[in-house]
Amino acid sequence: MGNLTANRGINRRKKMMLVVGVSLLILFAIMIIGNRIEPDSLVANFSEKRQAPSAEHPFGTDTVGRDMLYRCLKGLSTSIQIGLISSLLGALLALVLGLAAALLGPKCDHVITWFVDLCMSVPHMVLMLMISFMLGGGTKGVALSVAVTHWPGITRIVRAEVLQLRNAQFVLVAEKLGQSKLRIAVRHILPHVLPQFLVGLVLMFPHAIMHEASITFLGFGLSMDTPAIGVILSESMKNLPMGMWWTALYPGIMLFGIVAMFHIIGKNIQALLNPYTGNE
Amino acid sequence: MYKRVIRYAGRQSLRSLSLLLAVCVVSFMLIVSSPIDPVEAYLGPDKNVSEAQRQSIVEHWGLDKTPVERFCIWFDNLLHGDLGESITYRQPVARVIGERFVASLWLMMTAWVFSGVLGFLLGVLAGVYEDSWFDKILKAFCLILASAPAFWIGILLLSVFAVQLQWFPLGMSVPLGKLAAEVTFGDRIKHLILPAFTLGITGISNIAMHTREKMIAIRQSEYMLFAKARGETGWQAVWRHGLRNVALPAITIQFASFSELFGGSLLAEQVFSYPGLGNATVSAATKGDVPLLLALAVCSAAFVFTGNMIANLLYGVLDPRIREGEVSNHG
Repeated sequence: MGNLTANRGINRRKKMMLVVGVSLLILFAIMIIGNRIEPDSLVANFSEKRQAPSAEHPFGTDTVGRDMLYRCLKGLSTSIQIGLISSLLGALLALVLGLAAALLGPKCDHVITWFVDLCMSVPHMVLMLMISFMLGGGTKGVALSVAVTHWPGITRIVRAEVLQLRNAQFVLVAEKLGQSKLRIAVRHILPHVLPQFLVGLVLMFPHAIMHEASITFLGFGLSMDTPAIGVILSESMKNLPMGMWWTALYPGIMLFGIVAMFHIIGKNIQALLNPYTGNE
Repeated sequence: MYKRVIRYAGRQSLRSLSLLLAVCVVSFMLIVSSPIDPVEAYLGPDKNVSEAQRQSIVEHWGLDKTPVERFCIWFDNLLHGDLGESITYRQPVARVIGERFVASLWLMMTAWVFSGVLGFLLGVLAGVYEDSWFDKILKAFCLILASAPAFWIGILLLSVFAVQLQWFPLGMSVPLGKLAAEVTFGDRIKHLILPAFTLGITGISNIAMHTREKMIAIRQSEYMLFAKARGETGWQAVWRHGLRNVALPAITIQFASFSELFGGSLLAEQVFSYPGLGNATVSAATKGDVPLLLALAVCSAAFVFTGNMIANLLYGVLDPRIREGEVSNHG
């Protein structure tokens, strides 16, 4: 085996792992850099306002002379963190509810699928708007609203998986042996659901980040001076007629890059975890 | 023959009704428990209001009653077709929504048809020529579309075509300073193109990728093999056996995407200041316009239900297997 792969250099599996690793590294780097930016770099500097991209300010400066590169990095790291928190929150909720729906009998199942349908019946953006509105904005509101709008998707995945497993021989045997429902769920079913769940979780990140940016773009959640990517882009709208294209172009590309990276990570992990494609 | 479909439709509508009712209750709960004070939002920065006047506003709006009582009053009025008075527009909510619905409908339908037709065609082509350069480009293109935020694409289009090239207007649905009677059809089209394109382009990737996968699955099916064995050429077989089988799920997906369509219109309309429902939703939420926001939430849910309902019914009507009840696990 070793000889075979050594001849071809690097195989597809390794290549995929490499892609995932590098992407993760970049994301972590942005998160850490964003957190370590000193507040001094973000202050307004009126002597350097409205500068086009140059060597000193690679992304240019905005109307009050703040450096766009620092603002972007800070904003992205905020976005990634909110995305992570809300995805994890939503995914945990989904895991518990998905298991419960499939295991606790038809009544519970009906109630949970009804709630899934309820959350899916209002457009995501509108629901997020209302939840942010209820919490009066703020980081907490954004994170919670993103989590609430994203649990139904994964709940459906988990539920479908568990329904298939429920009548498997090893589950039936465990039941006959008198094991409790909780034990069966945790010991026998959870390990089988985990790969699908992980893929769902990773593929949820890009949506979470995109929705976070959208909701802040619409002017909810984070306050106007927080450098969040949505806020930066909505500010740039006002600068467009003045020809300040760089305030819109670069932050957008950065956001796009992050989302695309999460997509690629998700797709690769999906292929690696799937036994049919994982060994190609 | 259609009895099954009708019964199915009946069950679906009952479920939709229960969900719609729940949407009313939940939106009301969400909005009422907001810390944003509607009286404060109504009065704005103008603080020259005496305590007595403030009290009369509170009484007039019924804010001194319990939330349950308020919900009952609101819901009763809703059933009678009275949606209340919008605070920001100083007009009945029904009229605000009615006016904007037409503008939004044009926008959403244009985008919907655009993304559906283009996505379907691209998907079919990519599926037929799997692993060709066209397929690879389309896959990369769809990844880009799925990753790029809709509002950012809108901003870029705006800055290139409206600011730099000045081919299209900066926003709104009609030219500024023109009377409603003077606005020509051409004016409306010109104002519609950029927002509709922005809204439509993000929907393409979903439908194209799905159609592509279906097409590949069909090309590997046995009836395609048999068609080829009978001597049908590639495109002939695709035309006769492929398209109809791919079109069905594509149409369903397209109807089920009403939710994303509405969500996207919020962003697209905000970027282009297009006076539609999405724009009204955003301004209602920023200004604390409770009656309008509530009505819009219910409206958007009804819109989504309509889409899902049509998708489900189409499945029943178009697919003979479901019509005959062979696939019993549906619904």
